[in-house]
Amino acid sequence: MNALSIRNLTKIYNNGFQALQGIDLDVQAGDFFALLGPNGAGKSTTIGIISSLVTATSGDVTVFDYDLRKQRDLAKSCIGIVPQEINFNQFETPQQIVLNQAGYYGMPRKEAIRRAETCLKQMDLWDKRNDVSRRLSGGMKRRLMIARAMVHSPKLLVLDEPTAGVDIEIRRSMWEMMQEVNRQGTTIILTTHYLEEAESLCRNIAIINHGRIVEHSDMAGLLARLHVNHFVLDLAAPLVSTPAIPGYHIERLSDYSLDVGVPKEEGLNKLFALLSEQNIQVVSLKNKSNRLEQLFMDLIDSTKQQGAT
Amino acid sequence: MNSAIAFKTIVVKEVRRFTRIWPQTLLPPAVTTALYFLIFGKLIGDRIGPIDGASYMEYIVPGIILMSVISHSYANVVSSFYSTKFQRHIEELLVAPVPNWVILAGYVCGGIVRGIMVGLVVAAISLLFTKIDVAHPWITVAVFMLTATLFALAGFINAVFAESFDDIAIIPSFVLTPLSYLGGVFYSVSMLPGIWQKISLGNPILYMINAFRYGLIDVTDVDIQIAFAITGGFIVFLTLFSLYLLHKGVGIKN
Ligand SMILES: Nc1ncnc2c1ncn2[C@@H]1O[C@H](COP(=O)(O)OP(=O)(O)O)[C@@H](O)[C@H]1O
Ligand SMILES: [Mg+2]
Repeated sequence: MNALSIRNLTKIYNNGFQALQGIDLDVQAGDFFALLGPNGAGKSTTIGIISSLVTATSGDVTVFDYDLRKQRDLAKSCIGIVPQEINFNQFETPQQIVLNQAGYYGMPRKEAIRRAETCLKQMDLWDKRNDVSRRLSGGMKRRLMIARAMVHSPKLLVLDEPTAGVDIEIRRSMWEMMQEVNRQGTTIILTTHYLEEAESLCRNIAIINHGRIVEHSDMAGLLARLHVNHFVLDLAAPLVSTPAIPGYHIERLSDYSLDVGVPKEEGLNKLFALLSEQNIQVVSLKNKSNRLEQLFMDLIDSTKQQGAT
Repeated sequence: MNSAIAFKTIVVKEVRRFTRIWPQTLLPPAVTTALYFLIFGKLIGDRIGPIDGASYMEYIVPGIILMSVISHSYANVVSSFYSTKFQRHIEELLVAPVPNWVILAGYVCGGIVRGIMVGLVVAAISLLFTKIDVAHPWITVAVFMLTATLFALAGFINAVFAESFDDIAIIPSFVLTPLSYLGGVFYSVSMLPGIWQKISLGNPILYMINAFRYGLIDVTDVDIQIAFAITGGFIVFLTLFSLYLLHKGVGIKN
């Protein structure tokens, strides 16, 4: 079963701007899914529509087979939303915020109190439950929004850039929390523009740019399709100019280092042989880890070119 | 069942909000109206003869109570719903399966409760100055509740359209307060020159104040049935308009 299914979704804002140009998306139940795209690509618009905060111009959305238009209440009960911007009442306490949200979902008081405790504990906020939420740190505020989104035990949790602007340590602990939630059976959709985040967390991925889905596949398959690996080479002697080697994309990073794009079919041995011919001695090399980034840039460049023609 | 819980959650949240900030919400009306009673009712009123058989103090008590109810039920909903919108926690309601009428009813009830509390505070203060035997208790309660409802709804609509904090101050300062003062809180319309009497009758607040005065001390310038018809008509219209705005997502959805 699909946790989320989107067909031909478009959105034209009141000012006439078309943020979504007809997107299709399928996310299987149980998946950990990344919706990746640069700023302004249409991620938040898509999530806004899924969460009933933005009205779609046309197209269909179903959540666990409930049509978002025709069976809105059932669909809503399946979804938990963690928005990009802080949107709780900062004068209330975390416990109050989570309890109110449970009330809006129609949960009886006793059960709400129990669920709020579970969620706040899971997000490591139980000690802070009675603090004014305005005083929480940035990472805690985001976790509070996750606790609030989970209080009605949604089958699908949607997080819009949950780790934007939080430091690396908090980001990692949030990753663990999200993975734990996913292991317990909740489908997770995450938007991000951190590629590393998508790569290390998600099984399936869609890339969105200028309101269009430009890629929709599983992460492993996508990475396997990368045909160029990037390496940074440290050199024994300084270089005056960038060497040219046909078939390789070479950039000079400094006098002593080069960034080389190595096509898979060419391989490293051949590269070293060609460099030796030019008297360039390599001392050491490292793999540039953000492979996905390159792919991402390629995809985005290619959509730009399509747009230009 | 679900809607009942959601409704209760909104009302409790609303009441907690204004009781938490009681120095801003419950204390000022107590102070201002105590001054009204002292200055207009006592100091000046003692030199003014009775109006329609009531002492001046008795005459102004109903209007001052109702004027406080009007401004506070309005203020509660307009500022609460506007800041809910402004700080975006309206989204908590929109993502959940809460029907629009429950959102409206919840906020309006919050405004009514604030109106009731302020009304009771002001009535208690009036007891320091005069004693009133309620003439028509049911009419008093009905006019009180209907007026609070009407202005809570009006505050809701103001909040829906408001795009800045200025927008939530304009109507109370430039419409509600003048209409209340000109609605016969301090005088009987029969004291006005002819043309102004006619103009005053176009002011809906005049009918509510007089109906309330009728309920409390059995004195009125207008027909009570007309007053109920006008108030009821406004309530129906404002309710339907609010639901329409929510349905369209005006001011809250893109
Ligand atoms: N309310 C709005 N009115 C007009 N344009 C909007 C509105 N919200 C977003 N946009 C535009 O729609 C595009 C997509 O925005 P968004 O979905 O927020 O992107 P993302 O979340 O991927 O950064 C952007 O160009 C943005 O400027
Ligand atoms: Mg966004």
